[in-house]
Amino acid sequence: MLPRRSFVIFRSFLTRNYASGPSPHALVFLEHRQGDIDSGSLSALTAASQLGGKVAGLVVGSSEFVPAVVDKVKKLKGLTSLLHSTSDLYAEQLPETLSPLLEKLLSDSEYTHVVSTPSSLAKSLLPRVAAKLDVPLVSEITSLEHDSSSNSTTFTRPIYAGNAISTVRLPSSVPIKFFTVRATNFDPAPFEESQEIEVKAIDPVDVPNCPTKHISTQLAKSDRPDLSVAGRVVSGGRPLKNAETFAATLNPLADVLGAALGASRAAVDAGYVDNSLQVGQTGKVVAPELYMAIGISGAIQHLAGMKDSKMIVAVNKDPDAPIFQVADVGLVADLYEAVPQIIEKLKQ
Amino acid sequence: MRPSTTRLLNILVPVKRAVDYAVKIRVNPQQTGVDLNVKHSMNPFDEIAIEEAVRIRERLPKGSEPVTITALTIGPPKSVETLRTALAMGADAAFHVELPETSPAPEPLGVAKAVQAIIEKQLNSVDMVILGKQSIDDDLGQTGQMLAGLLDWGQATYASKVDLDLEQKNAVITREIDGGLEQVCVKFPLIVTTDLRLNEPRYASLPNIMKAKKKPVTKLTPADLGVSFKPQMEVIKVTEPPKRVGGTKVESVDELVEKLKAAGFTAVS
Repeated sequence: MLPRRSFVIFRSFLTRNYASGPSPHALVFLEHRQGDIDSGSLSALTAASQLGGKVAGLVVGSSEFVPAVVDKVKKLKGLTSLLHSTSDLYAEQLPETLSPLLEKLLSDSEYTHVVSTPSSLAKSLLPRVAAKLDVPLVSEITSLEHDSSSNSTTFTRPIYAGNAISTVRLPSSVPIKFFTVRATNFDPAPFEESQEIEVKAIDPVDVPNCPTKHISTQLAKSDRPDLSVAGRVVSGGRPLKNAETFAATLNPLADVLGAALGASRAAVDAGYVDNSLQVGQTGKVVAPELYMAIGISGAIQHLAGMKDSKMIVAVNKDPDAPIFQVADVGLVADLYEAVPQIIEKLKQ
Repeated sequence: MRPSTTRLLNILVPVKRAVDYAVKIRVNPQQTGVDLNVKHSMNPFDEIAIEEAVRIRERLPKGSEPVTITALTIGPPKSVETLRTALAMGADAAFHVELPETSPAPEPLGVAKAVQAIIEKQLNSVDMVILGKQSIDDDLGQTGQMLAGLLDWGQATYASKVDLDLEQKNAVITREIDGGLEQVCVKFPLIVTTDLRLNEPRYASLPNIMKAKKKPVTKLTPADLGVSFKPQMEVIKVTEPPKRVGGTKVESVDELVEKLKAAGFTAVS
């Protein structure tokens, strides 16, 4: 008797909900590295909260890190529930091992949106999952608006290396709306001590005959702030000649400002710095308070990664360099003379 | 292609015709998109994909079984130029899924389904699909991963080095990830997407451009593949980004540092 009645109630609840459009229920893929929560994930959470419905977080990893991450994450403002899945299988996060878990979680579920930061992992994983669920994905959104009455979500995102802004809508015919969030456009979600949310473990999904094996990872070590979240960035280009002069010239400037280091593609390709420091369309997108472009001409592809910075300062020998069209403060000078003087005068 | 040999390695490379990377694009007055009456060329990441396929062939010892490289594009009639470029760079044959001039740009999921259909219906076997990591027009960066999902193949995105082991039928791939590099080993068949640093694409020589004109291009329609390219994302409008008010030059380092300090950027150490 009882089970049957509750079933009926549940059904009528669903029907009523559908008539007025279901309330959004987002699943946010929260990333961590060695137990530290990824700051981009906090911005993704903020974006998910703007949908105006429930927000579930998902944390996946090995038993070594997941418990500590869960403890931190459950205090995040905006989360209404937290799911976690722990397995040795997830120690090295591969799209091939994670996508079956997400697929299972999302199939026949109440989730309406899947949200993530555009990390190299999420960008590899989410399209794979979306394709399996036969839905599109909107990459790197800069704003969003959900309309509950039509069950559609409208996003803006840059296209053509940020030279145009596209406004796109995912209609109600897309049952689960996948999107990744540009961290520079959403403040990170804060922590809230007193919060009590439902925390639930989910079983890992085994992947027999996984075609892919992780071999090794090399991370560039640095004491400097992380490029994508730094408030100040000092970035260098081709004229810095080689790795030694790049470091000798820009490290002291970054040190005096407490800034992260960045680079143009030319500098990265020439091997002056690690690839992960590339700023631009195909590298990192940054929007710090201060961006100092030293010896960077300002190609479209580079501007795509930094033109939302609050203040842009450029030092370049070429007075016609395109960087001067976006720089708030431009100095036409030889960088080898100007940079040491800037350091000297900043210290005064 | 030599007859009666078993094909050792079949590589498929989907390429896209896109607005040339150096073009300063303009949004059209109707705000429906950008002005496309500008120079187009092969998406730079796809050039890297073709180059890598050709280098894989060149790296194999002389006398090895042949590698076949098939290029593929989905787009309006003019996209065939992009295929000719791929053929001139070293691809052996090509497929062109022709779309009407006026049809909207296909979305990654539609493209991935079409590539899947070509693999399943048109080609005997494919060991490896190499794609660009993103196209520089829509900047979506999804097609390779979606294709891997649809086929249930292993994937290695953002590759900066590809080493094949033909005996073991797998590939060891170095990937560019946030903060560094990662190596993975992926079994055949697999999907690879290219990062900028994978290689430096060659220029097609004039003789190769001439030869490319004789290489076969098979035309297909969406109906042949049973794939719909109807977009699921509705483009509401395309607008200019907010203009940055920049362009102020200072005369001296003193003035520059003054402005920095005035904006609150002082030394921290």
